[in-house]
Amino acid sequence: MVDVAETEKASGRMSLGHDDVLRWIRAFAAEVEANKEQLTQLDSAIGDGDHGINMQRGMSAVLVKVDATGEESDIGALLKTVGMTLVSTVGGAGGPLYGTLFMQMGMAVSGKEELSSDDWAAALEAAVTGVQARGKAEPGDKTMIDALIPGRDALKAALAEGATFEDALRQSADAADQGMRDTVPLVARKGRASYLGERSAGHQDPGATSSHLLLEAAAETWGRPGQAR
Amino acid sequence: MKKLINKPDDVVTEALQGLAAAHADLVRVQFNPNVIVRADAPVQGKVGLVSGGGSGHEPMHGGFVGLGMLDAACPGEVFTSPTPDQMLDATKAVNGGAGVLHIVKNYTGDVMNFEMAADLAGGENIEVEAVVIDDDVAVQDSLYTAGRRGVGTTVLAEKICGAAAEEGRSLAEVAELCRKVNANGRSMGMALTSCIVPAAGKPTFELGDDEMEIGIGIHGEPGRERVKLAPAGEIVERLTAPIVEDLPFEQGDQVLAFVNGMGGTPLIELYLVYNDLNRFLGERGITITRNLVGPYITSLEMAGCSITLLRLDDELTRLWDAPVKTAGLRWAT
Repeated sequence: MVDVAETEKASGRMSLGHDDVLRWIRAFAAEVEANKEQLTQLDSAIGDGDHGINMQRGMSAVLVKVDATGEESDIGALLKTVGMTLVSTVGGAGGPLYGTLFMQMGMAVSGKEELSSDDWAAALEAAVTGVQARGKAEPGDKTMIDALIPGRDALKAALAEGATFEDALRQSADAADQGMRDTVPLVARKGRASYLGERSAGHQDPGATSSHLLLEAAAETWGRPGQAR
Repeated sequence: MKKLINKPDDVVTEALQGLAAAHADLVRVQFNPNVIVRADAPVQGKVGLVSGGGSGHEPMHGGFVGLGMLDAACPGEVFTSPTPDQMLDATKAVNGGAGVLHIVKNYTGDVMNFEMAADLAGGENIEVEAVVIDDDVAVQDSLYTAGRRGVGTTVLAEKICGAAAEEGRSLAEVAELCRKVNANGRSMGMALTSCIVPAAGKPTFELGDDEMEIGIGIHGEPGRERVKLAPAGEIVERLTAPIVEDLPFEQGDQVLAFVNGMGGTPLIELYLVYNDLNRFLGERGITITRNLVGPYITSLEMAGCSITLLRLDDELTRLWDAPVKTAGLRWAT
C-alpha cells in the first residue's frame, strides 16, 4: 500500500482527502446546475420532465448541508450526509437512487480520512451495487446504471493495468460517456420511460446522463479535463 | 405560463398553508418535511392509512385526509414522489398501535420512496404493510415495463379502506381489502390538452388543436395512441371498452362508475361523459349502482377525463356508503 501511495505521489497525485471529496461534490453540483435544462429536456422526452429540477434542488440542499457541518474529516460521514440529504430533498426515483449511491459509497469508506485509488474503486463498486439493488435494473434497461457500470468497469480495468489515478478517472468518465450515448437506441424497461415502449428508443436516458456528470466531475476535479467535444 | 401563483418554487408550500387554514377542523399540516395529518391523529387502536404522491393531483391525496378515509398524506413537489422522511413522519403521526397501511400508486419513484420509508418505520417498531395500486389498463403489464400505473382506483381504495379501518379491522384485513379493491378496479384516461408544471414553466407535452392522447397518465405520460379529436361518445367507448375487456366486467355485474376530471374539464362535460358511459354499460348489461363524478385525481390544468370502474359486492358497497368527512369527499356524517 505504501508503494501505491508513493507511486501516486510520484505521478503528482496524493490520495484523496476530505477537501478533495468535497471539491468533487461541489463540481457535481455545478455540473447539475449547468445541465439542469438539458436533464429536464431529456426527461420531458421520455419521462416526466423533472430530473434536472429535482437534482438541482437536491444538490443545492447538499451544498447548504455540507457548508453547515464545518470542520469534518471523515469522508464516509460526508458521503452519507450527501446521500441522506438527497433522499430527503430530491423525491421521484432520483432521490432514492442517488441517495443510495452516496450512502453506499459512504458506508464503503466509513471512518476513512484519506482515500486511495483502490478505496475510490471500492466506493464506486458499492455505489453501483446499491443503485442496482434499489432500482432492480439490469444493464440495457436504459437507466443510470448504463453509465455507471461502464464507468466502474473502466476504472477497475485501468487501475489493474497500472494506470495513474488521473488516467483511470478519465477512462472511467469516458466509458460512462459512451454508456450514456449507448442508451439512445435502447427501449426503456424501467421507470416512467418504460410506458413509452418502442417510442422511448431514439432518446438519451436522463439518469444515465446525470450519472455521467457524476463521473466526469470526478475526472475533472481529481484528474485532467476531457477532450473538448 | 398563466397561473394563479406567487412564485413557482412556493406553490406547494403556499397551497398547503391554504389547505391548513381552510380545513383546520379536519387536518393539521406539518412543514419540512411536509405532511397532512388528520386533526385527531393518532386514533388509538385504529389502523392508520397513509398515502402520498406528487402534488398537482388535488384533491388527491391531502383532500382525502379525515374521518373515514386517510389518516395522513405526504405531498411531494409537483408531479414528484414525496420522500421517505415525509412518509416516516406521517407513519409515526398516525400510528395508533394497530399498524399503518401505505397505499402506494405504482410509479417507480413512489414505490422506492415508500419502500425506504417502510424500512425506516420497521426500525422504529411500527408495523407497516404496503399495497401498490396499479389499475391503468393503458399500460401493458409486462416484465418489460414498470407495470401499470396507479390512477383512479386509488381514490376508491382510500375511501373503502378508510371505512374499514374506522370499523376497527386489523392491518392485515385492511391490506387484504385494499388488494381486493385494486383487483376489481380498472381505469383509463385521456387528455385534450397538456399541463404546465410551475417549475418547468412550459407544457409537459405538445398536443395539436385537433388531437387527443388516449391512455394518458396523470403526469402527462403518453398513453396508447395519439388520435384525431372525436365526439364524447366515441371517446367513452375508446376508454371503456379496454377497461371492460381487461377485468373483464360481465353482464350482470354491479359497478361503481367514476368519471374523473383531469383538472381543466368542466363538470358539464363530465356529466355528458357519464351519460355516454351509462348508456355504454347499460347496453352490455352492466349496472352502475354507485358513482362518483368530478375532479378528484387531477393533472394540474389538463383538460380531459378518466374513467374508472370498480366491480362491487355487498361489502364494498357498504364501505363506500359509510360516512366520510374530508375536504374532498364528504357524506353521511
